[in-house]
Amino acid sequence: MSQSAAAAIVAAAPSRDRPPAGVVGPVAWLRANLFNSWWSTAVTLLLGYLIIRWGLSFIAWAVLNATWSVPVNELGQPDATICRTASPAGACWAVLGDKWRFILFGSFPYEQQWRPALCVLLFIGLYVVSGMRRFWRRELLLIWVAALTAIGVLMWGGVLGLDYVPQDQWGGLPITLILATFGLAFAFPLSVLVALGRRSTNLPAVKVICVLYVELIRGVPLISLLFMASVMFPLFMPVGMNPDKLLRAQIAFILFAAAYLAEVVRGGLQALPKGQYEAADALGLSYWQKTGLIILPQALRLVIPPLVNTFIGFFKDTSLVLIIGIFDLLTTGRIASSEPAWQGFANEIYLMLGVIYFVFCFAMSKYSRGLEREFSRARNR
Amino acid sequence: MSGTIADPRLSGRVAPKRRLRLSWSDPLLRNIVWQVLIIGALAAVIWYLVGNTTRNLEARHIATGFGFLSHNAGIPIGEHLIPFDPSFNTYGRALIVGVLNTLKVAVVGVVLATILGTLIGIGRLSRNWLVARLSAVYVEGLRDLPVLLQLLFWYGLLQTLPGPRQSWRLGDAVFLSNRGIKVPLLDWQDAHWWTLAAFLLGVLGTLAWARLATRRQEATGIRPPVWPAALGLLVGFPALAWAALGAPFTLDYPVLHGFNFQGGGTISPEYGALLIGLVTYTAAYIAEIVRSGIQAVPNGQIEAAAALGLRPGAALRLVVLPQALRVIIPPMTSQYLNLTKNSSLAVAVGYQDVVSIASTTLNQTGQAIEGIALIMAVYLTISLSISLFMNWYNAHIALVER
Repeated sequence: MSQSAAAAIVAAAPSRDRPPAGVVGPVAWLRANLFNSWWSTAVTLLLGYLIIRWGLSFIAWAVLNATWSVPVNELGQPDATICRTASPAGACWAVLGDKWRFILFGSFPYEQQWRPALCVLLFIGLYVVSGMRRFWRRELLLIWVAALTAIGVLMWGGVLGLDYVPQDQWGGLPITLILATFGLAFAFPLSVLVALGRRSTNLPAVKVICVLYVELIRGVPLISLLFMASVMFPLFMPVGMNPDKLLRAQIAFILFAAAYLAEVVRGGLQALPKGQYEAADALGLSYWQKTGLIILPQALRLVIPPLVNTFIGFFKDTSLVLIIGIFDLLTTGRIASSEPAWQGFANEIYLMLGVIYFVFCFAMSKYSRGLEREFSRARNR
Repeated sequence: MSGTIADPRLSGRVAPKRRLRLSWSDPLLRNIVWQVLIIGALAAVIWYLVGNTTRNLEARHIATGFGFLSHNAGIPIGEHLIPFDPSFNTYGRALIVGVLNTLKVAVVGVVLATILGTLIGIGRLSRNWLVARLSAVYVEGLRDLPVLLQLLFWYGLLQTLPGPRQSWRLGDAVFLSNRGIKVPLLDWQDAHWWTLAAFLLGVLGTLAWARLATRRQEATGIRPPVWPAALGLLVGFPALAWAALGAPFTLDYPVLHGFNFQGGGTISPEYGALLIGLVTYTAAYIAEIVRSGIQAVPNGQIEAAAALGLRPGAALRLVVLPQALRVIIPPMTSQYLNLTKNSSLAVAVGYQDVVSIASTTLNQTGQAIEGIALIMAVYLTISLSISLFMNWYNAHIALVER
């Protein structure tokens, strides 16, 4: 901004006289935003009353009447009678104190649970690094490979002096993160191929296959695919070969996610001006050069915000594996809540699970909105 | 329009017919080779899987085919819209009951989610700060939690309600307990069918009258009032028909009998939890769609409508909504589809929708492939029907460009 323009703005700025009363200040704000008509006033009062009433009863339930710990009886079992006497009026947080390790890490050997904990940290680190624009380079791929390998080593063990832990003992948050991360890591490249195939004009047969794949998968619920993975997949394999449950669910999840991501990527491909395609052709680039160097870098950048929104959806959808009995976060929570000693305190556990899911999803959606703002600012310059 | 008016200078020219050259540098040949290779690979994979499946089925002595549909089901089904008795009805009928149960959740859910979502979407644009903030918190909160978690939460909550003897009641008619909501039910007789028919006739008559009014308005500039005729046709006419047939009106009240209720209509806790969960979850998405649709209408349009002297109601109906709907309809369609597909989570709360009944069937009969094929066929049909309808509606309201 030039010097003269800045001077003009300073000159045009209002003088420092006090503004007229009743236009600014908290009282004026209240009048403008909460009590600007009798209708608005009535709504404000009603909602305010409900918020205060429910807020107070929630505080009473969650803090004042809550039970934070329970004694352990002679068998080493927690004794939840205190919780039961306080039950409808007060929360029982003792169930979380007793069960949080099981909810987070499933039946992973107790002394070894630092390994899944480390995995969770690795996953979070991976997300943070992938979210930072200064790391959006080819080296990011290496970081992903390294991190996913490290996670595999930590979970399975059997090398580097770590004990071997079979896959059916994994559970909790690492399973949710594994399903989401591996699912997206494999679904994304597949979705780009499918989107390109759907857009191709020279290969009608490929286009038909891609359209059929996307529309079929998008037309059926994820559950039916998971059922397919759990009961039909074993029939597809050669006699005697039976891949484990988690892998089967993972494959179903990848196929599901790829169909939805492909539609998002296709949106980006369509939004790109035709001139970009023609210019690449005019330069004499081959199809893959054109796609890799000109089209995809621009098209994918356009669709990052909707991609992140789709990622949020898949992160939530991993919870559906509960129905085919895979020990993800929601399943371990549900098992913990159905334990005889703690029966009737499911809501406390669901609240904890809700907070965990919310933190991940809210972080992603905040990030996606920030990116959107940044991109639109760059476009509207 | 250029296609219809042929340029006489171009009529003689046809694109030169390409001859296929047997050389790798010919793109046409390359395309054909690639497609043949890809289709061949796909066919090989499918052939391999089908071969494996046949061998597996033989090894497990499972006969394929849909013959099991006519076998006796023996699945007890709590909620059914058509009569169902597990002792002699078949798997086929059980699946139809399941499809109807799915539709029952989907149709009611779509209507309720649209109403709730529209209210919250408008609420986010409210000038009242508290309403706008609360709507924003609702949308952010519910969108960031898995819908399955919400369903389990609602189901858990409905189960902690008191038992039938200590149920919360509204007079002697409505009871809320852990057995669900009990409401009085109208004793349905022939007269009610006639009343319904009279009402439908009234709807047709009102539409015809409104059309006549529009034509009169176009001719004379004065619109005859529609509402007296509408009132008479929609309320008066059915009421008259009902009164003429003796005005039968008996309610079947739920009565506490021992440990449970007898009579009346029930909304089971399973159905209630599924419906509440799906509606509140989907409403959060619909609210965002409605909000962005309304915001997409430029302010100038509203100002122009006011300048033309349209009253706020007319401006909303004639100027804002038609433009907002154009933005709203396509994403709304996918939300309706999502709600329908999410209703398959019923299996987690024990509501017997088509997925739940089909999975019981495939566990009992071992017909995994057929069971899953049936589930997929049902959902594909529902999805395609909804998208066809919404596409038709979208084309109906689309901008007609000259």
